[in-house]
Amino acid sequence: MPDLGLEVLFKGKNMVRLLGGIGVALKISLIAVVISIPLGILLGALMTWKNRGVRAILRIYLEFVRIMPQMVLLFLCYFGTTRAFGWNLSGETSAVIVFTLWGTAEMSDLVRGALISIPIHQYESSEALGFNRAQTYLYIVIPQAIRRLIPLSINLITRMIKTTSLILMIGVVEVIKVAQQIIEANRMASPNAAFGVYLTVLLLYFLACWPISLLAKYLERKWR
Amino acid sequence: MGEILLSVENVTKSYGKNVVLDDMSFQVRQGEVIVVVGPSGCGKSTLLRCINALEPIQSGKIKLNGEIVNPDGKNLTQLRQKIGMVFQSYDLFPHLSVLNNIMIAPCKVQKRKKDEVQKEAYALLERVNLKEKADSYPRELSGGQKQRVAIVRALCMHPEILLFDEVTAALDPEMVREVLDVILGLADSGKTMIIVTHEMQFARAIADRILFLDGGKIVENGSPEDFFEHPKTERARKFLHTFEFNRIKQVHHSECEEQNA
Repeated sequence: MPDLGLEVLFKGKNMVRLLGGIGVALKISLIAVVISIPLGILLGALMTWKNRGVRAILRIYLEFVRIMPQMVLLFLCYFGTTRAFGWNLSGETSAVIVFTLWGTAEMSDLVRGALISIPIHQYESSEALGFNRAQTYLYIVIPQAIRRLIPLSINLITRMIKTTSLILMIGVVEVIKVAQQIIEANRMASPNAAFGVYLTVLLLYFLACWPISLLAKYLERKWR
Repeated sequence: MGEILLSVENVTKSYGKNVVLDDMSFQVRQGEVIVVVGPSGCGKSTLLRCINALEPIQSGKIKLNGEIVNPDGKNLTQLRQKIGMVFQSYDLFPHLSVLNNIMIAPCKVQKRKKDEVQKEAYALLERVNLKEKADSYPRELSGGQKQRVAIVRALCMHPEILLFDEVTAALDPEMVREVLDVILGLADSGKTMIIVTHEMQFARAIADRILFLDGGKIVENGSPEDFFEHPKTERARKFLHTFEFNRIKQVHHSECEEQNA
């Protein structure tokens, strides 16, 4: 069997450090998810309104965030705001801000899609029963839209978790950064450590995302 | 017959230049069953949608108990609770069980007590022979069952008038009967209804009055006997002919005899 350099994982606190790294990545992505899902639902609902002004503003926001690479957004938020406004945002705060902006934009587009996929008859029959507009959304449209949204938003959440691998570029010590540090520190003793360490990182990302996918599958089956 | 419940006064509805309802007026009395018939595109469904303010009208007035039904009116949701509507495509809410489909509007809109509504929902389901389906979801029901649930859902709001928009048009023939029987039962119990249908036998059996629409106008407005036996207008006669099949056979028969002779 080739030397995968797995022994470095058991040196000192290396494994604990890697787990801490994935913890940072998960913390940032989950804070962003928790904020961006309700905000995305709100904005997505607004995007289905007839008001052209509201729709145009949201459209510009969505396209801007979606077209820009996340890396550029991270640099803009972390370095740009310091130069321009003198803000001293930490790497983690910048990451949360960028991921929230991005998640909200993507989520709002998913919500918009789910809402317009609800047949017009559903709106009409609930209005015919005397529901006002807010009640129609609350009791009829949103519960159905959420069921359609589950697989799509789970996909978004796992994408957000995986994209946290970029935040090492703004100095946040997350799992990839820890992996690099471990590999660098053991360059002489275990020159093959890169394979084993990155394999472990892969496994950690998988363990983080897999239960979420299972949950999605379960909900999908339950709600059909 | 009772007092005037619904009045449609000089209503005009158009989509752009296409006039769908042309200066239409009629009245519905308490307990009356009106059946609206006519060729497709004559404005039957649009008429029902306007009465429920699902479509704005360009001129005229629709009044329920003297109150104007208007899509922008403040009391619209109040008025709509008094106007039950059942659609061609049933439109049950797919994420709710049959029971919750029926209970959601009385509970959330009318803020009635849950156990009282539930009791009534079960009673109504029993009346349409669907009590055992209370916990099923709409996707588990046949078309006829869905449509009966939709009727119960409308009934549970205690509407003063019920609108039926071609409720059997999407159903298989053997399911038509079970739905029409429910509507016949409602007519028996004195409900005020406006029914749009293509089932002429049914129309004849249930109607107190037939409205025949063509080109957005009421062409005939009279008792079913008059309409079916002695239609006054050429257009109504032509329309009724489309439902007659034995006549063609007789013509064919006499032609054969002529050939034999």
